[in-house]
Amino acid sequence: MKNYQSWGCYPKVDSNKQEVYHVYPDSFSFPESDKTDADAPSFLAYAQGRSYGDVCMNQDGILLDTQHLDHFIQYDKEKGILRCEAGVTFENILQLIIPHNWFLPVTPGTKYISVGGAIANDVHGKNHHKAGTFGRYVQKLELLRSNGERLICSPSENTELFNATIGGLGLTGLINWVEFSLKKIPGNKIEQETLRFNNLNEFFKLSDDSDKDWEYTVAWIDCLANGDDLGRGLFMRGNHCESKKKYKFKSSKLSVPFNVPGFLLNKYTVNAFNNVYFKRPVKQYAKINFDPFFYPLDAIAHWNRLYGKKGFMQYQCVIPKQHRETAIHEMLSIISASGQGSFLSVLKEFGDIKSPGLLSFPRQGTTLALDFPNRGKKTLELLDNLDAITLKYNGSVYPAKDARMSPQAFAQYYPNWNEFEKYIDPHFSSDFKRRVSGK
Amino acid sequence: MSNILILGATSAIAKQTTRLFAADEHNLYLVARNEEKLSSIKQDMLVRGATDVHYESLDIADDKQHEDLIQRATEAMGSIDTVLIAYGTLGDQKQCEENYKNTLDELQTNCLSVISLLTLLANQLEQQKSGTIAVISSPSGDRGRQSNYIYGTAKGALTIFLQGLRNRLAKSKVHVVTIKPGFVDTPMTRDFKKGLLWVGPEVISEGIYKAIKKKKETVYLPFFWRYIMLIIKLIPEKLFKHLSL
Repeated sequence: MKNYQSWGCYPKVDSNKQEVYHVYPDSFSFPESDKTDADAPSFLAYAQGRSYGDVCMNQDGILLDTQHLDHFIQYDKEKGILRCEAGVTFENILQLIIPHNWFLPVTPGTKYISVGGAIANDVHGKNHHKAGTFGRYVQKLELLRSNGERLICSPSENTELFNATIGGLGLTGLINWVEFSLKKIPGNKIEQETLRFNNLNEFFKLSDDSDKDWEYTVAWIDCLANGDDLGRGLFMRGNHCESKKKYKFKSSKLSVPFNVPGFLLNKYTVNAFNNVYFKRPVKQYAKINFDPFFYPLDAIAHWNRLYGKKGFMQYQCVIPKQHRETAIHEMLSIISASGQGSFLSVLKEFGDIKSPGLLSFPRQGTTLALDFPNRGKKTLELLDNLDAITLKYNGSVYPAKDARMSPQAFAQYYPNWNEFEKYIDPHFSSDFKRRVSGK
Repeated sequence: MSNILILGATSAIAKQTTRLFAADEHNLYLVARNEEKLSSIKQDMLVRGATDVHYESLDIADDKQHEDLIQRATEAMGSIDTVLIAYGTLGDQKQCEENYKNTLDELQTNCLSVISLLTLLANQLEQQKSGTIAVISSPSGDRGRQSNYIYGTAKGALTIFLQGLRNRLAKSKVHVVTIKPGFVDTPMTRDFKKGLLWVGPEVISEGIYKAIKKKKETVYLPFFWRYIMLIIKLIPEKLFKHLSL
């Protein structure tokens, strides 16, 4: 039995009770009886389960497992256009395209996600300031609706449904296949610079200065540092560059084989880790493989088990540019005071490139992403306090990483929801949808 | 570039193995029952680099079709250099115990039909004095156990047939590989409770690909099954018959 959890393992799902259908190319059809019955269980696609919270969960309904939708369909090596089924992962794609000096136009921090998931969450990466979100590169997709219709959606065909599906959290139907454009690269290496910054102002300055000449920028911050050290961290920026050697793919060797007891991850151990990580000698300039640059955590399989049985929650928000200093400062202050932060804290400036997605998360401003081990009420309260700040400054929170935002907060973050609802497939739903919309 | 015949091409293990061969730019001839699946696999293999891909849908367990099948595959590709036999069923042991008819079906699919194919293929490759025959057998054939000795009987017989064939074809420079995968997480084993010893089909396919390239004789996949089975084979029968394995 496959374990149909989300990446944060919170909220917990009873896998034995979860009903699952396997989807195969071309031959899948929705069960006849479910179409007419209003109380029929709902559907939701599930691929890699890398969403952190409940956007990939459908406990009252049926999950459509897309692991068998793993075929490439067409690849134009000259123009850099790939068509593949929705269950194909970014890892599969990189293995195919890297030898021809193509790259993903946009990639998040893990390659173990499906293309369908990348569209449903309209993922972003370290090049958001230059490239926007993944959805911008989708040229066409086939959507299978629960009434049996197979609709080709593109920026020029079924446009509204296309825009709703980009970042549509899988609610507009089952994405069957996708066609998207790739990005030409000079080689499989990255020239990377790592710079230390001592506070938030230094970060913003570094980021603004790097935006023009560096394709990829991101910062790690020490979220437990306080006082004069508040907002200290390491700024990383990189560009693609040539390499003499062919890249050899290796499967990850390290794995966390079981859940680590929760007490090992406390403010003392995390503080010690962050201190060492910040002060470690860093090479300012390095030429490294693309894999450790984009996917450092992929080197450790099942790293989510470090957070123990109770799992963890992630909080990722974006704060509009004009409020960034004040808001991020306020957030880091309360996180540091709570002592609950962890070692995976990321800060990045989003650019102003708009996505076609009706419900897309990224918008211009500063995004902050942090992991919190699940300590129950204490953690939920802290995240509510962070939401209060995001709401006050008119920011937003990323559904792909959320497991707890309130319907009120969601309504303010996503004013397009009412418009979006028109495009939801009547027989598709998710735990996230029911939680934030109340139906 | 060589010509590869894959029998049971839609199985999870065969599909992953074929992908590795596709990237090396070979000609492929794929056979399985489900035509729709074969057509998506064909596209996938072409994208991954296969030079040419043919397929046909057929019930391979039906041995009356074998001669024509091998003729068609040979004509389509020019010759057969490598063959991978990867089809099979994990029948219901209980049903087999109740009815010999079920046992016969199991033996036909997992053993006799394979021997029929191997008889034809062996003669062809022997004449051409080159080639590789790779067949998926099973560690279950190493010792009979109450939980699945029908499947074990089929695979055990197959393993011995392959041993003999290897011995016979050695002088014709035709290589025979016996593949024994342990617990693999595939649609065939969907309903099993998965533990530590389970691996994904991509782990097995990597092993098959290497075994064919490096001309191994018998491979257990992953390697540790060789030792697990060694221990299982060493237990004295007097004790073994009381174990519930």
